[in-house]
Amino acid sequence: MSSLGAPPRGARPLVAPAPAETPASVLSGVRTLLYKEVLRFWKVSFQTVAAPVLTAVLYLLIFGHVLEGRVTVFGSVGYTSFLIPGLVMMSVLQNAFANSSSSLIQSKITGNLVFLLVTPLSHWAWFLAYVGASLVRGVVVGAGVMLVTVWFAPLHLAAPGWILLFTVAGAVLMGALGLIAGLWAEKFDQIAAFQNFLIMPMTFLSGVFYSIQSLPPFWQAVSHLNPFFYMIDGFRHGFFGVSDVSPWTSLAVVGCSLVVVCSLCLMLLRRGYKIRH
Amino acid sequence: MPAISFRNVSKVFAGGRGEIRALDDVSFDIEPGEFFGLLGPNGAGKTTLISILAGLASATGGHVTVLGHDVVSHYAQARRNLGVVPQELVFDPFFSVREALRIQGGYFGVYNNDAWIDELLANLGLADKANANMRQLSGGMKRRVLVAQALVHRPPVIVLDEPTAGVDVELRQTLWQFIARLNKEGHTVLLTTHYLEEAEALCNRIAMLKQGRVVALDRTSALLAGTASTMLRFKLDRPLPTQLLAQSRVTGRIVQITAHDAREVESILATLHAAACEPEDLEIGRADLEDVFLEIMQAEMPQRIPAAQVAH
Repeated sequence: MSSLGAPPRGARPLVAPAPAETPASVLSGVRTLLYKEVLRFWKVSFQTVAAPVLTAVLYLLIFGHVLEGRVTVFGSVGYTSFLIPGLVMMSVLQNAFANSSSSLIQSKITGNLVFLLVTPLSHWAWFLAYVGASLVRGVVVGAGVMLVTVWFAPLHLAAPGWILLFTVAGAVLMGALGLIAGLWAEKFDQIAAFQNFLIMPMTFLSGVFYSIQSLPPFWQAVSHLNPFFYMIDGFRHGFFGVSDVSPWTSLAVVGCSLVVVCSLCLMLLRRGYKIRH
Repeated sequence: MPAISFRNVSKVFAGGRGEIRALDDVSFDIEPGEFFGLLGPNGAGKTTLISILAGLASATGGHVTVLGHDVVSHYAQARRNLGVVPQELVFDPFFSVREALRIQGGYFGVYNNDAWIDELLANLGLADKANANMRQLSGGMKRRVLVAQALVHRPPVIVLDEPTAGVDVELRQTLWQFIARLNKEGHTVLLTTHYLEEAEALCNRIAMLKQGRVVALDRTSALLAGTASTMLRFKLDRPLPTQLLAQSRVTGRIVQITAHDAREVESILATLHAAACEPEDLEIGRADLEDVFLEIMQAEMPQRIPAAQVAH
């Protein structure tokens, strides 16, 4: 062996180095990942959009049938009218979570996350694209639920601004939470556990199906500790102009949760938590 | 400026039974335009080193740069210059071949590049599969798509981690013709492979890793010239005389014995004759890379090549 192992003399770069990063190339990266994530759920929209809409309609039919005429809420609001916004928001939240978490865990387990890991995309780009796709899926499913349930009861739109605000805040929060779950989980059943033992109970116990004012004081107090309650309650305020708590209180709680969850998510992405070893 | 530079790279995995040192102070440079081979037995640290280069893993110590860009502090620019073909046969089942390639380009800020995508597909024998879903492709076809995905943003530095593991002869030929052409056009290629004849034929320089250390680093021609230069090859139906066992490699009936000069060849033949062994198809040839590889890997303790020697 010759001691230096020197490379051949005269080796020259004939191929130009890659051009430097520009805002346009960064934007293209984010846009591509967002497009890919939206295309991913859209290609299986029967499962990712139609199925959750059907589930919501079944809830409406069953609970509406049993309780319409027996329960009125906020003084004069009929039960079906009350239930619809709750179901819409529940669908937004659950689907926003499902989108980012299932996409990430699938890519991790099948190994195709490597295609993304070798790109120049920053943790911000990952965050914006995955959460953006969660928002799109949440809004699409929520709009679908709205569209098929609106025929069952008169629609009030007291303050559309609140509706929009809580939809976006809730979907972004759940998209980021799904991203955290997807990073943390190593198998599909860990995601399922996250969904069934955390997301599901917290949404069901957040006042989707009832006003928490109908609960005994102890359970009312417990409900106030559940951030999902504020997402649903604030969203519902946009429809009826009345709610269990002030929409500003809901906004403050949801806003703080949003900051905490998004910061944690960005920190984990930046560290490459469980994806870069 | 080197195309790739590894400087004192180490990687320690904290396992259940203590620490595992996967890479131990690895240093070497790959110059622009080189076709460089990284060889070593399973578990030597080849894939770990490539993972650190590609940003899939972080080093415990040391630095890695791609065309002068640090893979940690300037990861975006480093990765823009790098195309990595991963070892695992992975694919995204949601997309067609063309969609997968367009998406991969888009991550790098490259779009409207269907002409290049078509050229890649044609060169890799995938032209008629452009609109097929990834799930419909055979293993070999999926492997070709992995190569195309790594090249879609036209990186000047290409890394291939065992790209021909388990693929048929035809693909190996197609792939090597294409990669050799890219190398001629100035792309730097870093290759890991188990097929030593491929490395011998393609790589102008080779590093060998053993237990996380660089144990050989030289031009391929120098590696071949610097070791036992003569090999005696023959077939034998009887057990080999015990005094020859230490210096020979036996694969079924085929026996290969290293010899340093004509006198040694004579003595080996005499030993065989004395033991009443009749060698068939006897030939005397030059040692190939496999012989060099085995000789280096069989050395008792890996000697580390000091970093000072590889700096230039």
